[in-house]
Amino acid sequence: VLKVRLIPALLLREGRCIKTVRFGAARDTGHPVTAARVYDAQGADELLFLDISATREARAPLFDIIGQTAEQCFMPLAVGGGVRTLADIRQLLQSGADKVAINTAAVECPRLIEEAAASYGQQCVMVSIDARKLAPGRYEVVTHSATHRTGLDVVEWARRMAASGAGELLITAVDRDGTMDGYDLELVRAVADAVTVPVIAAGGCGTLEHLVSGIRLGHASAVAAASIFHFTDQSVIKAKSYMKVAGIDVRTI
Amino acid sequence: VILVVDYGLGNLRSVAKALEAAGGDPRVSGDAADVRQAERIVLPGQGAFRDCMARLDASGLREALVEEVREKGKPFLGICLGLQVLAESSEEGGLHAGLGWYPARVNRLRPEEPTLKLPHIGWNDITFSVPTPLARGLKQRPIFYFDHSYHFDPDDPALVAATSDYGGPFCAAIQQDNVFATQFHPEKSQETGLRLLGNFLDWDP
Repeated sequence: VLKVRLIPALLLREGRCIKTVRFGAARDTGHPVTAARVYDAQGADELLFLDISATREARAPLFDIIGQTAEQCFMPLAVGGGVRTLADIRQLLQSGADKVAINTAAVECPRLIEEAAASYGQQCVMVSIDARKLAPGRYEVVTHSATHRTGLDVVEWARRMAASGAGELLITAVDRDGTMDGYDLELVRAVADAVTVPVIAAGGCGTLEHLVSGIRLGHASAVAAASIFHFTDQSVIKAKSYMKVAGIDVRTI
Repeated sequence: VILVVDYGLGNLRSVAKALEAAGGDPRVSGDAADVRQAERIVLPGQGAFRDCMARLDASGLREALVEEVREKGKPFLGICLGLQVLAESSEEGGLHAGLGWYPARVNRLRPEEPTLKLPHIGWNDITFSVPTPLARGLKQRPIFYFDHSYHFDPDDPALVAATSDYGGPFCAAIQQDNVFATQFHPEKSQETGLRLLGNFLDWDP
């Protein structure tokens, strides 16, 4: 039976790991290669690596750091940030990424998703959607690290991306990022129930119970978390044993 | 030499790196001459079925693989698409011919429970159907990482070395003579995967 995935997220800026609050104020959390090694040893199911300044600085992803990180882990590695072209995707895959997360470029050029899926297979195309709450039940897609509005409805956009060839959707609640107040379950559930591809919940995880509710109430296939591992004494090992006791089928090492 | 066949698609470094960690000294090449020099051959898999076949055909790799693996019997490990291309055909993106080493087709997964998502992404347990040296040192139901929407469906059940389940059983690995091939990704499956790769390096079929 397929296990529920727990995915630590590493945000990269200027070659260091950082953690933001609502995509703004950031704290340094260490070196990416060290962090990847620790998560691998603890049995993380996958690693999500997002270069959050690449799009704003209009530059390509940091291929060398991604390569060094990939050297340290024998688990799937999803990489995003600044992915704009098929050439970027190819270079990331060659650097050791297994999947590529595409966010802003999917909005600016939706065809990129179809082309990426046709060339590299749906399984390595992850579309990352940053969502800002407008009103209860209404969410807008935002891009460029949540600095640009798009006017797009999140659920409609998620459906369109899944139909275009996204193999997976990463849904981040911008208003919850770094707050540790819990996932936006209404958002995650609305998307997860609307698409047939797996959905990863992100943004807001602050307790181990949040991981459980992301799956059980948010209907997500996987949960991503960052602050809880950086700023509390919770580890991937503790998180998985908590989820297991709560009745969620996770892989333990 | 352990040769990781490079057909120009996907993440080969992770396969080479995992083989190194498992104690091997792999080389990555798309040159048919290197396939002929190799002692063991690994065909990794990412990308679309049709593109993969087109590249195997265009580069002379198809013939080299037949000679070295099927005729000379060199140990062979296929991973994911490297398993699927051994079939006669695949329905991924239209109907496309494969290498046709085995009577089998590659079909889309159709889980019986409609709520199950596709692709099948994540860690799932497998059950070996036959005793195999590739399973040495693994747990009873080892857990590996999968990421696919299509699966290898052989006519002859004796070809199946392991099964997994996603809204119904499907073929997770095959074995025949010197060929072992997996739908899952051992190179992405941490300790369990490295052990299987180590077993492949020691395998003397």
